[in-house]
Amino acid sequence: MINIIWFLFIAIGILVATFTGDISAVTDAAIENAELAVELSLGLIGVMALWLGIMKIAEESGLVNLLARALRPLMVRLFPEVPADHPAMGAMIMNMAANVLGLGNAATPLGLKAMKELNEINEDKETASNAMCTFLAINTSSVTLIPATVIAYRSAAGSANPTEIIGPAIIATIASTIAAVIAVKTLQKLPIFSSTNPSRNKKTAESK
Amino acid sequence: MFITIMEVISKYAIPFILLAIPTYGMFKKVKVYEAFTEGAKDGFYTAVKIIPYLVAMLVGIGIFRASGAMELFTKALNPITSLIGMPSEVLPMALMRPLSGGGASGIMNSLFETHGPDSIIGRMSSVMMGSTETTFYVLAVYFGAVSIRKTRHALPAGLIADAVGIITAVVVANLMF
Repeated sequence: MINIIWFLFIAIGILVATFTGDISAVTDAAIENAELAVELSLGLIGVMALWLGIMKIAEESGLVNLLARALRPLMVRLFPEVPADHPAMGAMIMNMAANVLGLGNAATPLGLKAMKELNEINEDKETASNAMCTFLAINTSSVTLIPATVIAYRSAAGSANPTEIIGPAIIATIASTIAAVIAVKTLQKLPIFSSTNPSRNKKTAESK
Repeated sequence: MFITIMEVISKYAIPFILLAIPTYGMFKKVKVYEAFTEGAKDGFYTAVKIIPYLVAMLVGIGIFRASGAMELFTKALNPITSLIGMPSEVLPMALMRPLSGGGASGIMNSLFETHGPDSIIGRMSSVMMGSTETTFYVLAVYFGAVSIRKTRHALPAGLIADAVGIITAVVVANLMF
C-alpha cells in the first residue's frame, strides 16, 4: 500500500507538472524537502534525549510499571499481543498521556520509545506487528484534548472566542480515534494483511 | 471551567513532570543523573535512523504538492464533499491535513484572513486542524525509528481515521455553529 501511494505521489506529481508547465517547481520541491527532512530529524535530537532520559528515570524507579498496572484492563484489550507487564505498555501509556495533554514534543520521543519496545517482541524486525499498527493508528488519529496551536492561530487572527472550537474538536477527535481502532482491528483480519503478520506462525508453532 | 483547568494543566505539565519523576526516582534510590544520561544516549541514534524514511516521505509529498496535482484532486472531489456540507474553500485543507501539518496550517491561516476565524469556514477548519494528525509524517517517523519498512495496514487505518475525523468536524461544525 505505502509503496503504491509513494510512487503515485511522485508519478502524478511529475506528470501533472509536465502538462501544467511547472516542472522546475517539482525539482526545487524535491531538493528542498530532502534537506527539510534531515533538518527535522536532527532537530529531534535534543527533545528526544531529554524525554528518553526522563523516561529512563521513570522506568528505573518503577513509575512506568505502576502506570501500566493502573491502565492494564484497557491496554490488554487494545494490544492483546503484548504481555501485560511488558515495558512497551508503560511507554505507550506515557505517549498517549502526553498526547492527551497536548505535549507534542514529549509525545513523539515517548512514542518512538514505545515503538522500540514493541519491536523487541516483534518476530520480523522489518514488518510492522499488529500491536505496532494499532499504536500507530491511534497516534495518527490525534488524541489531543486542547489543540493549543490552533487556539493560538485563532487568537492571532483576531477571533472573538478562540477556544470555542475545543468542544467540537474533542468530539471529532474521539470519533477519529474510535474509527482508528475499529479500522485497524478490522483490517488486520483481512487476508492481505493477516498473511503478512510477523507472528502468524506463532500459534501453529506452539500447538505442535 | 474545563477549558481553564486544561489550560493550566498544559502550562504546568512539563515542569511538573520534570520535577515529579526525578523526585520519585530519588525516593526510590535511583541514581537519577546516571539513569537520565543512560536513557538520553539513544536520542541521537533514534533521530538519525529516521532520516531516510522522512526524506522519502517528504520528497514524495513535496513533489505532489508543488506540481499542482492537489488542485486537480480538489476539483474532482468537490461535488462529493459538498454533499456532506463541506464548503469548497475548506476542501484543500482537508486534503492537505494528512500530508503536511505546515501546509494545512498555512491554508487554515489564509482562510482566517479571507473569511475570518469566526466564520463557519474558519471554525470548521479549526476543528479539523485540532482533531486530526499529519498521518504520513507520523508513519514515517514512528516506523522509521525502528527501521520498519513493511507498514501493512497502518496507513489505510490511519487514513480511515483521518476521513472520519474530517467528516465529523464538518458535521459537528455545521450543527454547533
